[in-house]
Amino acid sequence: MARAVSTKQKSINTAIAGTLGFLMFFPILWILILSFKTEEDAIRAPLEVLFSSGWTLDSFAAVQARSDYFKHFSNSVIISLGSTILGLLIAIPAAWSMAFVPSRHTKNILMWMLSTKMLPPVGVLVPIYLIFRDTGLLDSRTGLTIVLTLMNLPIIVWMLYTYFKEIPGEILEAARMDGASLREEVLYVLTPMAIPGMASTMLLNIILAWNEAFWTLNLTAAKAAPLTAFIASYSSPEGLFYAKLSAASIMAIAPILIMGWFSQKQLVRGLTFGAVK
Amino acid sequence: MGRITLEKVTKSFGEVEVIPPLDLTIEDGEFTVFVGPSGCGKSTLLRLIAGLEDTTSGHIRIDGEDATDLPPAKRGLAMVFQSYALYPHMSVRKNIAFPMKMAKVPEDEQNRRIEQAAKALNLTEYLDRRPGQLSGGQRQRVAIGRAIVREPAAFLFDEPLSNLDAALRVGMRLEISELHKRLATTMIYVTHDQVEAMTMADKIVVLRAGNIEQVGSPLELYKEPRNTFVAGFIGSPKMNLFEGPEAEKLGAHTAGVRPEHIEVGDPASTYWSGTVGVAEHLGSDTFFHIHETGLADTITVRAPGDVDYKHGDRIGLNPRMDMIHKFDQQGLRIQ
Amino acid sequence: MSTKASRSAARLMISPAVVLLLMWMIVPLVMTVYFSFLRYNLLSPGATPWAGWDNYYWFITDPSFNDAIWNTLALVGGILVITVVGGIGFALLLDRPMFGTGIIRIMVIAPFFVMPTVSALVWKNMFFNPVNGIFGNIATSLGLQPIDFFAEIPLLSIIFIVSWMWLPFATLILLTALQSLDQEQLEAAEMDGASWSNRFWYIMLPHLARAITVVILIQTIFLLSVFAEILVTTNGGPGTATTNLTYLIYVSSLLQFDVGMGSAGGVFAIILANIVAIFLMRMIGKNLDA
Repeated sequence: MARAVSTKQKSINTAIAGTLGFLMFFPILWILILSFKTEEDAIRAPLEVLFSSGWTLDSFAAVQARSDYFKHFSNSVIISLGSTILGLLIAIPAAWSMAFVPSRHTKNILMWMLSTKMLPPVGVLVPIYLIFRDTGLLDSRTGLTIVLTLMNLPIIVWMLYTYFKEIPGEILEAARMDGASLREEVLYVLTPMAIPGMASTMLLNIILAWNEAFWTLNLTAAKAAPLTAFIASYSSPEGLFYAKLSAASIMAIAPILIMGWFSQKQLVRGLTFGAVK
Repeated sequence: MGRITLEKVTKSFGEVEVIPPLDLTIEDGEFTVFVGPSGCGKSTLLRLIAGLEDTTSGHIRIDGEDATDLPPAKRGLAMVFQSYALYPHMSVRKNIAFPMKMAKVPEDEQNRRIEQAAKALNLTEYLDRRPGQLSGGQRQRVAIGRAIVREPAAFLFDEPLSNLDAALRVGMRLEISELHKRLATTMIYVTHDQVEAMTMADKIVVLRAGNIEQVGSPLELYKEPRNTFVAGFIGSPKMNLFEGPEAEKLGAHTAGVRPEHIEVGDPASTYWSGTVGVAEHLGSDTFFHIHETGLADTITVRAPGDVDYKHGDRIGLNPRMDMIHKFDQQGLRIQ
Repeated sequence: MSTKASRSAARLMISPAVVLLLMWMIVPLVMTVYFSFLRYNLLSPGATPWAGWDNYYWFITDPSFNDAIWNTLALVGGILVITVVGGIGFALLLDRPMFGTGIIRIMVIAPFFVMPTVSALVWKNMFFNPVNGIFGNIATSLGLQPIDFFAEIPLLSIIFIVSWMWLPFATLILLTALQSLDQEQLEAAEMDGASWSNRFWYIMLPHLARAITVVILIQTIFLLSVFAEILVTTNGGPGTATTNLTYLIYVSSLLQFDVGMGSAGGVFAIILANIVAIFLMRMIGKNLDA
């Protein structure tokens, strides 16, 4: 059982952990501060930036004017949500099969699916690039959604499988005895029971898709570029404009950061991939 | 109606045959208990009847109709699971309504049956709670309620009381028996607990390694166990079984006598004698574990509660000769 | 719960996932292998004559190849060591009783949500820049010569950036695992006279083994393909100091338009990944049953 710990000991722990936590978080905090500064102020020494400069929203406006943030934002939303939902639709039946009707091959199939994640994207970059070029999918949201769906499918299947495994098979059998068809069993019993697990899976995949930067950089140009590519366009020489770079960065990561914080509990569950109890 | 017939039913998992060819008839309205040690195939047999597993060969008939290849939902049976298998995301009311919703029973009929079942099972005040907020006994009743409202041809119970504590178990046992008397519907009940079998069943089916060892009423099994396995399995405390010269003197390879059929007395004037080991005082009765009898390592004797012997006392034992069970070399009863 | 009906339903329901993944794996793989034997440059369209092993030969003998292999391994290995060791440390720390656990945990997790392009650019400009970056500022104010990170220690700088992004992930998984450790086990060990370090080595660390496996497996998958961080900071340089296999293949196929050579590189990347995967799969396969 938890033992009583002295306030002094607790304070020491808090100080150490707090300092380290703050250091981890500092880069994000720093660009948040810089994003509200003018370019001249942003490159001053850190203490001066903090204590002797004003605040402004100009950088945000400048970023939107320069490269149409909202277009990239909506690309990111469509691609990450689209690929996650599509992935779930394919993965739910597969995970159901493996969790509730296991066969001799189940474990092998699962390992094989996971092993497709081992295939380095760069190994298949050229063919995918050429296929996309020839089918007009290059620089399209559809193309990117397809790639990200397939890329994250093994993880979605894996996670759902671990969550489904936790649901006692007897409950599904009860539904079957109660006269539910397979569709009704999945719809009315399995899905509602697995909602926490599905939420975690969804969250994690939205984050992975949102932050995916290999395919998004290589398969898009102007039209379908999501925020990862939008930010990449700020590498030098614009990178020297700290305030604008900060504003653009904050705009790119804020949606996920906020979503992540509000759903911390589900996310922790998701992040552990159900593999750690 | 609910007459269930198994004809030459077998079940194999891969190479392993868990149920060798098996014939059994369960009459309409009968309370049948499948009992046996764990791994004897009793749950598998129940799941075959439910349709949750395929038979490898043979036929299952429900009211004369071949149900072997029907999916569980189409067999008109209801099942109460060991874990209760309640839907945790639905209220008690929705849980009970679920089978009717699947069967597309009209709404007001659903409500009527729910109210009726809730009243019968003392669940009326809990209808809007979730299963997670209920005690073990209440969950058990919800599971039964969910089974009742379907008005099934037969109820299947898979060790329904094993997750309850001892006191509740006795109560639920009575409630289920009561329910059976009231509904007069066929019930098949699986348990490893012979006390449950004895107290509830009209007909007991004793299983071992997928084989039916004996079928009969509780008293038939108690009085005339067909073999040493049934003899040792039915009755509490267990029958004393012994081999060797003492058994041969009685004209058997193996002889058995129940603890309640041995009287204690003065070692000088009794048939057998031994040394008292542990005495278990229940108040109404006392069980003595007797050693050094020349029969078996330990002989259990049931004596009235006021009989008192100390550890190490010499004690005389007198069996009721008409109550001695005799078995041959193969362990089969000698008539 | 398996009847013929449910088994055939199961096969039907698993097939879309299996078929799609099979296609996703096989089609490009076959094409990559095929292209790797062609003389195929997007800049010179028309004939794509058979090249035999030429592409492989040129790819391997290219001096960048050796560098890329070493850089890849150093990158993966370095980051794994930092994140696993650091993650265990963080997890032990966060597992202790303290005030404001929620806030501290949020701060520690935050870097995981940051997309690679952003974190690379932010570290490159706001921190590593020798003139205006914070590290440079601090060094100057202390009277020291600021380090030009990407010129002097380019690979280490990238390891640092990527570690910053993955440390939260390792911490979270290890913390979750640590919290599932039965406290009574630790108390029993304490009663048995085990010191803190004994308890750590003999009870906590073995308990974390499975979680560490998961961290290593998942991170390796992602770390073998580190790309964006290199693209926006060093472009693989100076020279080939930060070129990993992924980046090298990107250069030959999409910058030099040499599909044949890029494909040969792709085949190498696949082989390398498979060697690593065999080790990992063995490890996690063992832990799967537990």
